[in-house]
Amino acid sequence: MFQNIGEMVMLFWRTLLALPLAWRHRQKVFDQFFEIGNASLLMVCILSFFIGGVIALQTGPLLVERSLSSAVGGVVGISICKELAPVMMSILIAGRIGSAMAAEIGSMRVYQEIDALRTMNISPIHYLVLPRLTAIAVALPLLVTFAVLVGWLGGATVCMANNRIDITFGAFFADLRNIVQIKDVANGVFKSFMFAMVIGVVSCHQGLITRGGPRGIGRSVTKAVVNSIVLIVIFDYVLTRVLLS
Amino acid sequence: MNSAPPNQNQQGVRVQVKGLRKSFNGQEVLKGLDFEVRPGEIFVIMGPSGSGKTVLLKHLIGLEEPDQGEILIEGQPIQSPEVMAKYRMAMVFQSGALLNSLTVGENVGLYLSEHRLKSPEEIERIVTDSLEVVGLKGSEDKMPSELSGGMKKRAAIARALVIEPQLILYDEPTSELDPLSAVVIGEEILHLQQRIHVTSLVVSHDRDLAFGIADRIAVINEGRIVAIGTPAEVRTNADPVIQRFLHAEFRPESLNSQKPRP
Repeated sequence: MFQNIGEMVMLFWRTLLALPLAWRHRQKVFDQFFEIGNASLLMVCILSFFIGGVIALQTGPLLVERSLSSAVGGVVGISICKELAPVMMSILIAGRIGSAMAAEIGSMRVYQEIDALRTMNISPIHYLVLPRLTAIAVALPLLVTFAVLVGWLGGATVCMANNRIDITFGAFFADLRNIVQIKDVANGVFKSFMFAMVIGVVSCHQGLITRGGPRGIGRSVTKAVVNSIVLIVIFDYVLTRVLLS
Repeated sequence: MNSAPPNQNQQGVRVQVKGLRKSFNGQEVLKGLDFEVRPGEIFVIMGPSGSGKTVLLKHLIGLEEPDQGEILIEGQPIQSPEVMAKYRMAMVFQSGALLNSLTVGENVGLYLSEHRLKSPEEIERIVTDSLEVVGLKGSEDKMPSELSGGMKKRAAIARALVIEPQLILYDEPTSELDPLSAVVIGEEILHLQQRIHVTSLVVSHDRDLAFGIADRIAVINEGRIVAIGTPAEVRTNADPVIQRFLHAEFRPESLNSQKPRP
């Protein structure tokens, strides 16, 4: 385990050192960016709309019963932008994009394509890892920003439609504006940026160390997703603790 | 393993392997190999499957590091950055190892485009020329999955050609090919050697290919070289391992004689 952590730190460091080359690989970065956005946007919308709705459904009636209806917008707004959107979207992206990264790089490893790159003195880090990490580091915060807005919309819709809550669109967003500040949204977006690094590094690393045939690729994909999710949850606690202080 | 611009140092290079040893999980695969490949010659390494041929080839291109011993290119260790900067080397993998996400043309021009050695128009011209040399003219826009095994290998040769290498390594270039395609690949190896005087190192257990193209042959068995010399010298070597390897053939009558009689 410690060897893997060390390798991942080294991979991240080498990718950071290669960052000035990102412009040179901009076409590959753009391709990956499009892949991430295109593959995930609809899922992000559906997931965040219903998460917003569920939070409103769970908290709304309780708060309204206690004459705290003005707090519903704030509770839904804060929980979505600071916690639920970054964590849930990162888990979604780990499943969709992290698995694809590990599978693609893993199959390139198994079928000697990475060896072929090395014989041509093309660094797999520059060619494969850098574009993926750059793309996900930009795409995930954007997706999370989008998810926050859609999540709020979901919360507002449920608050308006549910008889036990019965808060209008305007009242919901007025309450939300009173409590949620721009730094709360920035907090969530920053978290998602850090989670993007985790997903990118873990998935690319798992791809690069793939051994064996198709079973090895499958194992790498599973490990990439599971390890990403575990690290996202751990990082979430650490980041929340740091950002709260 | 280099990014030196083509059209320099056009002569093939000398390769020396000294006391090369390598183990995987405690099992010794290469048990002290010593040999030399002269500039511009076609050197074939033969041996049964699992004898360590591919592992040796990976050491020669720098994909593996030896436990003991050294590999010298023109007298300099292969790991030294000078070798990487000064000499151009290429490898044709057994599977071709074309990047499946790129077209054949992009694969062939990858070295030039990634190292920005030529303009896109020039790369396009070089790719077309290289594919024509290996008989794949017009395949630029095809994906590797659309090619047959033999075509993939020829595309891999074209990719190696673009580097204008001084040392080219072939890993089982005729495996999984029909006899006609195998002959075409053998001819390509010969043409290349005659055209650009590249040092060619071929790993194969195809006896027809080895004796057809080799200047010298080394026979490797269980991680050791058991014979080295010209094709004629190897053919007349009395070592029973070599004789068994060279004369192994399928004899249906021997099977029939072993069948239980009713």
